[in-house]
Amino acid sequence: MRKRRLIPQQAQKIGFAGLSLLSLITVIPIIAIVIYIFIQGTPAISWEFLTGMPSNGMKSGGLWPAIIGTFYLTVGTAIFSVPLGIAAAIYIAEYAPNNQWTRLIRIAIINLAGIPSVVYGLFGLGLFVVFLNFGTSILAASLTLSIMTLPVIISTTEEALRAVPTSFRVVSISLGATRWQTIKRVVLPQALPGILTGVILGLERAAGETAPILFTGAAFFLPQLPHSMFDATMALPYHLFVISTQVPGMPIQIQYGTVLVLLLFVLGMNIAATLIRSRARARRQW
Amino acid sequence: MDKIVIEHLTLTYSDGTESLKDVSLNIKANTITVLFGPAGGGKSSLLRVLNRLNDLADVTVLKGKALINGQDILSPDIDVNDLRRRVGMVFSRPAALPLSIYENVAYGLVMAGMKNRKKLDEAVEQALRQSVLWDEVKDRLNDPGSALSGGQQQRMCLARVLALQPEIILLDEPTSALDPLATAKIEELLRELKEKFTIVIAPHNTQQSARISDMAAFFLQGELVEYAPAETIFTVPKDKRTQDYITGRFG
Repeated sequence: MRKRRLIPQQAQKIGFAGLSLLSLITVIPIIAIVIYIFIQGTPAISWEFLTGMPSNGMKSGGLWPAIIGTFYLTVGTAIFSVPLGIAAAIYIAEYAPNNQWTRLIRIAIINLAGIPSVVYGLFGLGLFVVFLNFGTSILAASLTLSIMTLPVIISTTEEALRAVPTSFRVVSISLGATRWQTIKRVVLPQALPGILTGVILGLERAAGETAPILFTGAAFFLPQLPHSMFDATMALPYHLFVISTQVPGMPIQIQYGTVLVLLLFVLGMNIAATLIRSRARARRQW
Repeated sequence: MDKIVIEHLTLTYSDGTESLKDVSLNIKANTITVLFGPAGGGKSSLLRVLNRLNDLADVTVLKGKALINGQDILSPDIDVNDLRRRVGMVFSRPAALPLSIYENVAYGLVMAGMKNRKKLDEAVEQALRQSVLWDEVKDRLNDPGSALSGGQQQRMCLARVLALQPEIILLDEPTSALDPLATAKIEELLRELKEKFTIVIAPHNTQQSARISDMAAFFLQGELVEYAPAETIFTVPKDKRTQDYITGRFG
């Protein structure tokens, strides 16, 4: 027997401790930031802060137009990107032949997800605001956000569809079902939780983005709520940018309060996604 | 006219795996025909020709004829969904769809457009009785199909096919994942079912082939070596290769 310097159990313990430490190092700053925001922002939160109009050059009053604006933009983005994204993913995963062309499309989609959001903003400005003449509006901003969100929705949906075992499809087809019947009755219901998670994560990113709406639909300050989708709107992320860099003498409390509201908005969507996923996992039959 | 007529069928997959080389055989109605031989011999490929499940695979070459009731089933004009209803298939691993027991059995009918709940109920019950599963599941038809044991699931898969009242039932190693008791049950069932259906089965071992077949076809590397009544082929095979395989010299 050769003598070893470390018995495997010790090596495992050391390795485990090292990995735990590394994950702790990544998690601690995030938790610290969140706690700090909660401490600084909570005093600002009140009914008036959430539902009032901004007043006194935004130095007092509430966030209502920004909250409702972000809500409109998120819903608008969902309307355009969700049906299109899911349809595209179904085509790529279930119908498209596995050839060079399809592979190229898939690579393009993955790459689109990595493009900086400000590029989407400029693209939206060129296409929707100027060329299609939508002006800086909820419509133009939603469409811009949709284009940014699409790659995320398409690739997560495609992944969810591919995770459904092939045997289900073969069995369904062997029983005389058409391809579409198979997708509708067997594949989609099984993939739905994965799809919803992807959709929510995509929309969450859209809700928190500033750059894409900067030139396409976000307003510095509006004395009233938008009346139609052709109006510009205030939005939480842009509002945050404005009050923390563009308004001198802004009370720090309001800034942190706004951060907290945006954080809760996104956190809420995140929790919803997690819940959907865990509930579906428990029900899954494969 | 024989129920199934295969003439000079040649098939190749794009990845060069299992294929068929100039296979010809006729299958009579209301018989159990066994396709046996070592893995990769072409048994599954032939089964998948008969209900056009090969359409889903990457087939590069498909030549020859395949007729059912005299109708060319390889013709592009044929309604494949209808063909698959007439030629049902049971797979090697029990493949319950992620639906309830009831929905599994009714699946083919619902996809074919049957909406009448009463008719569906009747068809489901009849199919489950035929596959001798009714008494075991009648009180829990809404449980997920995957909650059944392997043997029960396989009988459910058979019921799923029977519900469509097919003419031909194809079984691809239907008992390979089952214990001897569940296997015996399925075999007994098949012997009863041949009164009404034409059965083509690729068992996973030679003993099963000998037990259940009326006619047997020995496949080796895509070639149909010998096709004869079961009592001759398993006792006095004509071809040396068949004999070697049956006596366990290879395979």
